[in-house]
Amino acid sequence: MSLLSVQGLTVKFAMRNNTVTALNDISFDIGQGERVGIVGESGAGKSITGFSILNLLSRPGYIAGGSIMFDGQDLTKLSDKQFRTIRGNRIAMIFQDPMVTLNPVLTIGQQMVEQLQAHRRVSRKDAEIIAVAKLREVYIPAPEERLKQYPHELSGGMRQRIVIAIALLLDPQLIIADEPTTALDVTIQADIMELLLELCESNNVSLILITHDLGVVSQMTQRMLVMYAGRIIETGGTREIINDPQHPYTQGLINALPQQTLPGEKLRQIPGNMPALSAIPPGCPFHPRCGYAVPTCRTVRPELRRHGGSDVACIEVERLHGTTPHKVDYA
Amino acid sequence: MSNVESNLHSQTRWQKFRASNLGYSFLSNKVAMISMAVFVAIVVMAVFAPLIAPFDPYDPRQQDIMNSEMAPIWWAGPRDFTDPQFILGTDAQGRDLWSAILYGTRLSLMIGVCAVALQAFLGISIGLISGYVGGRTDSLLMRLADIQLSFSTLMVAIIFLAVTQALFGSEVFNRYAIFFLIAVIGVSEWPQYARTVRATVLAEKKKEYVDAAQVLGFGPIRIMVRHILPNSVSPIFVISTVQVANAIISEASLSFLGLGMPVSQPSLGSLISGGFEFIFSGSWWITTIPGVVLVVLVLVINLLGDWLRDVLNPKLYKG
Amino acid sequence: MFAYLVKRLFQAAAVMFAISIVAFAIQDNLGDPLRELVGQSVSEEVRQQLRDELGLNDSFIEQYLRFAGRAIQGDLGTSYFFKEPALDVILRKLPATLELVFGATVIIIGLSIPLGVYTAIKPNSIFSKVVMGVSIIGISIPVFLTAILLIFFFAVELRWLPSFGRGDPVHVFGYWETNFANWAGLRQILLPSIALSSIMLPLFIRLIRAEMLETLDSEYVKYAYAKGLQTRRIWFVHALKNTLLPVITVGGVQIGTMVAYTILTETVFQWPGMGFMFLEAVNRVDTPLIVAYLIVVGFIFVLTNTVVDLIYGLVNPTVNLSRMGA
Repeated sequence: MSLLSVQGLTVKFAMRNNTVTALNDISFDIGQGERVGIVGESGAGKSITGFSILNLLSRPGYIAGGSIMFDGQDLTKLSDKQFRTIRGNRIAMIFQDPMVTLNPVLTIGQQMVEQLQAHRRVSRKDAEIIAVAKLREVYIPAPEERLKQYPHELSGGMRQRIVIAIALLLDPQLIIADEPTTALDVTIQADIMELLLELCESNNVSLILITHDLGVVSQMTQRMLVMYAGRIIETGGTREIINDPQHPYTQGLINALPQQTLPGEKLRQIPGNMPALSAIPPGCPFHPRCGYAVPTCRTVRPELRRHGGSDVACIEVERLHGTTPHKVDYA
Repeated sequence: MSNVESNLHSQTRWQKFRASNLGYSFLSNKVAMISMAVFVAIVVMAVFAPLIAPFDPYDPRQQDIMNSEMAPIWWAGPRDFTDPQFILGTDAQGRDLWSAILYGTRLSLMIGVCAVALQAFLGISIGLISGYVGGRTDSLLMRLADIQLSFSTLMVAIIFLAVTQALFGSEVFNRYAIFFLIAVIGVSEWPQYARTVRATVLAEKKKEYVDAAQVLGFGPIRIMVRHILPNSVSPIFVISTVQVANAIISEASLSFLGLGMPVSQPSLGSLISGGFEFIFSGSWWITTIPGVVLVVLVLVINLLGDWLRDVLNPKLYKG
Repeated sequence: MFAYLVKRLFQAAAVMFAISIVAFAIQDNLGDPLRELVGQSVSEEVRQQLRDELGLNDSFIEQYLRFAGRAIQGDLGTSYFFKEPALDVILRKLPATLELVFGATVIIIGLSIPLGVYTAIKPNSIFSKVVMGVSIIGISIPVFLTAILLIFFFAVELRWLPSFGRGDPVHVFGYWETNFANWAGLRQILLPSIALSSIMLPLFIRLIRAEMLETLDSEYVKYAYAKGLQTRRIWFVHALKNTLLPVITVGGVQIGTMVAYTILTETVFQWPGMGFMFLEAVNRVDTPLIVAYLIVVGFIFVLTNTVVDLIYGLVNPTVNLSRMGA
């Protein structure tokens, strides 16, 4: 049985005179100890997926439909009080920018102790001992002294390590990491990812890694979801998708990687921009940017179905990969 | 023909306004609409005061001490007299309160608007220079702004006007009071504008079009006024509404202390001040009615200011 | 820390210097000390001789230095009206004003923090809307008008509270007399304190509300929710602490502003403090007293601003005072 099972999740934003659908019928599962990547351009709905699992959508966003089963409980039906026992305790979250996630006027120690005390009956002293142990686990030097320091006294990489330590504080079953290294120096990014991978593996923690970086996903995760305009357009094993992407958008993402480009050659970017959530085109949302689009793509909304190594939402996928027995019509 | 054309034009403008963010928010906000209506009504009455007012409050020959302390016509206290000539009653000199209020509102509004225009002119110029020139000039000007802001405007105004009054004697002072008031309220609040404009200049200076304009050989003044300034229009607009309200309050306070408009040429503040002592003898209207007008005027400007800030300020827009 | 302190004190001294120049310029131009000393009936030669003796023909700089030297020793001249040192007159009036400011500050702090926080965390409740509505009306009524209306309702119409003066304050020590020692004294100071707080209170409610709303919208508050903390802890520890830091800075400036409003409040209530005295001095063209008031008030402004800056530096962990001195 899977640890987390999201079924038909739909999130909407109530705007001034209309509602905008930010997540449209998202379904996926994560097993215990499994690591799943969510990939896409900014605005695709990756972060919203992460936040809606913890019911932390900021207004005017709200969950309009679907269920989020976590360890047998439907998270969408929990009261605030019940949810508090999940957040930070059984599901932890790592935010994007460690510069703004830690409270500037509280010491590291206060911010760690308060979380332990919010979920366990522990004395301050015991909580500090646990905090020091967790700081040690994320390789922070002189952890006892860090407890007395304020966030601004530490570097960005150090702060993100502390955020990871806070995430692990209560031995959660699932960690949601929302672009955990985007705000950091390139040199530190790899270290942080390696640390996260090591800790997830050694503690058997499930991970949802939200990122736009396909390289990171291929190193960190076993399965991945590709999102576009609030929908999942391709999902499957990470290795399968990276090696043999089915959806033209996924292909575009992989071709746009600098590694895929010969020196001196121009980066092969996908033309155009992702549509605004208020102006998602009918049919396949990707069709205006798709080089393979046929007239049907403008009217028929593709469903996820099996092709190659993954589930893909593209009606033309067989033609694309030359797997159809009938003659391909390129007109 | 031209009439039809202008009509068409105004209609598209109206439609444009309705479709805009500002227009939508205005038409869906009752408080903003009522405030605007009241504000426009007060401004119209103030502008046309000489046509509306039944008496000339500046003309002592139209004041009869026999008519003093007449109550408003609806107020029939046991010891009060009324006279249908004086709708809102009269003050201690027998001056028609309605006429005095119309003229007083006119003065208060004029001083408020002129003072804020002066603030805006000084603040915008200093902000532009500070942001554009940068370096030592910038830090000096901003230090000055800090110091100026740390002193209360009212305090500075009280001291300035008190000294001026003592220096020139009250006769000369009263004659030029309006200019002194505009000058002192106008000079003391420039940092509000300067800081905002400077911030915009610093933000815009980095952008490419400013480089482009420099390459094209446009002078700094042209770049600042034509290219950078338009970007700070909405914050300037928001600041100005609040500042007009504050300036009107400051003027009233100064006049109340006897450091502003003289009783012979009263603003709303001096009217309230003049009627204060009669509150104890029961003639409440001499102070209260101008007071209500003042409060309503300032309140609608503040409400409009709040509404504008909510609509125009993207930082608050997300709230 | 030390470097910052020195820098801040230097700046304060510079501002005091500017104030003293203004004060001296006023003294130099306002009123003729000779007339006060000898009257009109003295011949021109005697006048010139006296001017020389008094140093009135010396250069501006020489005269200023003499003025500043005396001022530093606490000699701000002799009041024409009271016939005693101006500083003594002001210091005698100071307790009344300080007590008024204190009363108003208690009201402002006691009400603005709970109301500002409440309206931020429950923005849609009816009570919040009422508070915000009353606040905007509050900032639209000038202090002196609030004072008049308070007198009209509570003193003239209802006759609940006295309308003017300090009553019989209780003697504490030295020349300090207080209104906070007994019920009668509190009754006297209640209306003036409310009047003085009437414009700052709504400003502070609005300020605290705006800061609190911004803080509640921040990443670290969202993160605090994600950690599963109690809502109350998030509001009162995570958000409130960050909200109050900028409020301290604004509050410091506003204490200075309050001194200006004491002039209005004291005038309406005939409260025997510095502000009331200042207006009387202006009407009597009592130049030394005007100048002395200017210097004392300028000093209060500079002092509060400096102290508030230092406190802010100590309270806010992200301000590193030792580095700010560089």
